[in-house]
Amino acid sequence: MTTNQALYQYCLRLGDTNLILGHRLSEMCSRGPMLEEDIALTNFALDHIGQAEALLQYAGKLEGKGRSEDDLSYLRNVEEFENFRLVEQPNTDFAYVIARQFLVDVYQCLLYQKMQKSTDETLAGMGSRFLKESTYHLRHTSGWMERLGLGTDESKRRIQQAISDLWQFTPEMLTAKSYEKELEAQGIIPDAEEIALDWLVQVVRVLSRSGLHKPQDVAVPPPISHSDHLVRMLAEMQYLQRTYPDARW
Amino acid sequence: MTSNHTDSQGPVWEVFTQKKSGAPYQHAGSVHAFDKEMALENARDLYTRRDKPSGLWVVPAAEIVAVDPGDAAPFFDPADDKVYRHPTFYEVPAGVENL
Amino acid sequence: MEKLHDFQRFIDAEEKIEPKDWMPDEYRAHNIRQISQHAHSEVIGMQPEGNWITRAPTLRAKKILLAKIQDEGGHGLYLYSAAETLGISRDEMIAQLHAGKAKYSSVFNYPTLNWADIGAIGWLVDGAAVTNQLSLRRTSYGPYSRAMLRICNEESFHQRQGYEIMLKMAKGTPEQKEMAQDALNRWWWPSLMMFGPHDNHSERSTKGMLWKIKRASNDELRQRFIDKTVPQAEFLGLTIPDPKLRWNEATGHYETSDINWEEFNQVIQGNGPCNKERMDHHKQVHAEGAWVREAAAAYAARQKEQLQEA
Repeated sequence: MTTNQALYQYCLRLGDTNLILGHRLSEMCSRGPMLEEDIALTNFALDHIGQAEALLQYAGKLEGKGRSEDDLSYLRNVEEFENFRLVEQPNTDFAYVIARQFLVDVYQCLLYQKMQKSTDETLAGMGSRFLKESTYHLRHTSGWMERLGLGTDESKRRIQQAISDLWQFTPEMLTAKSYEKELEAQGIIPDAEEIALDWLVQVVRVLSRSGLHKPQDVAVPPPISHSDHLVRMLAEMQYLQRTYPDARW
Repeated sequence: MTSNHTDSQGPVWEVFTQKKSGAPYQHAGSVHAFDKEMALENARDLYTRRDKPSGLWVVPAAEIVAVDPGDAAPFFDPADDKVYRHPTFYEVPAGVENL
Repeated sequence: MEKLHDFQRFIDAEEKIEPKDWMPDEYRAHNIRQISQHAHSEVIGMQPEGNWITRAPTLRAKKILLAKIQDEGGHGLYLYSAAETLGISRDEMIAQLHAGKAKYSSVFNYPTLNWADIGAIGWLVDGAAVTNQLSLRRTSYGPYSRAMLRICNEESFHQRQGYEIMLKMAKGTPEQKEMAQDALNRWWWPSLMMFGPHDNHSERSTKGMLWKIKRASNDELRQRFIDKTVPQAEFLGLTIPDPKLRWNEATGHYETSDINWEEFNQVIQGNGPCNKERMDHHKQVHAEGAWVREAAAAYAARQKEQLQEA
């Protein structure tokens, strides 16, 4: 695999993660626990979709086949999606939305912070732009982790449940793919192991401040495979583009 | 400005924004929130989505003290006849400058 | 009586009434009714368009639609706040909505069946709404007027984004054009109904006009909307679904068939295609959010206690 191909894969991985997370958050529109929070979640959706656009556009450029960010979003099949499995998990309840977001926010803050120093100018630029958004997201979700963790018995039970259920998907997010090693060595992308260490420290800090405990790590992580959730999500997302291939929107 | 603390949407907060550094803070509207941090964040999402301000305040609506409209006359009218507080009250002789 | 007389003089002088000023009970009630109905309309209006966020055909379209629906939610909040200054809480307003005591615009009880509906809503429904809202900037109740100013400023992109979708569809493939025409067919009449009954049938119009809560009559506003919208439809190459539509040179206005008031009344009374769905959605989300709001309240109470102990 050439550096270009590896970087293309990497941009897909980050871009798809933002796309799918943005889509999940967009499903929350008109479903927030209060109207103010509805608007906050929509803002997050907009940020992630914007990040996906930039990353997928760059991926298309690296691929060199003339595919746009829309082509990549709307005309690929499920097995071609590279997003973290964590972000395709459904909006089971508000606790899941917050827990999923929080786990990603900590990761993205660390990632973008380091990405600012990438030897690849485009990535570096995206890193500093996205970092501001993710920093705000983390502030918001950390606040909710604490409110839910220290709120009522019910909220504590729900947020602990969500964290525990989603924990099994975090190793995949924190582990570099084989093709990433070369990119790390060249200083193009951040070192995944460093991020993983910091991530655990920061997550545990918020969990304990919120009266929650870190779930047991699973001895054998589940096989990395997309879920039925993603298949259904893509069917909906790609509906118009697939049904009317000649149309321009 | 109402202060319905038992409301399940949380108490009301008044929001003030500053357009640019050095400019006065102006009332933008209100939000509901349960705590200070939530009030700041809700205010940010509701009142600063379009134009980037340089500052944002939130104040519990219940803490705002206002003049009762019934008291407005004794409160404000006396300022009306103190014309000598305005520079236009004074006559400046022709030929005198920078005064 | 003296007070009422002074109040009317104040209104006639185009002064604004502020929350703590004296006002007749009926003025207060009229404003609460109108502003809360307006707020509920913004919030319920998030649903028909929200249906299509997950199916928006491009990333750009998805972002625009999200930002637009987010604005509707924000506008709901501005209006709830304005109504709250009259002494009603947001909780009470929501309870009235759920009990069927407070209404919302009947236009949101129609389904969104294809992507062009999103264009038609922006173009026609927001277009009708903004015609009304522009006139309400001069409403006599200060907080309502200020909310309207802010809303009108923000709404200005809504109609354009809708028209942009219509234009793309109308100039697209034959199938797309068909969808555009279909959407216009279904949304035209409900949009005209948004302005409410004819002037002589609307019992509240008079008091509302006298107190300058409403600034133009239903029929006046409706006509204004028709006059500016018909040429826009012509530009799209689409046909307004009204065989009697014609330009009247003498009056300088378009003439139309009369509205199907039977349908209007049915939808208002809860028998529209989606009344139950919209209300069920709102109730369900509100109920599902209760534990979150309780947690936030409990957390805030605990924080306060700790502050006092310290």
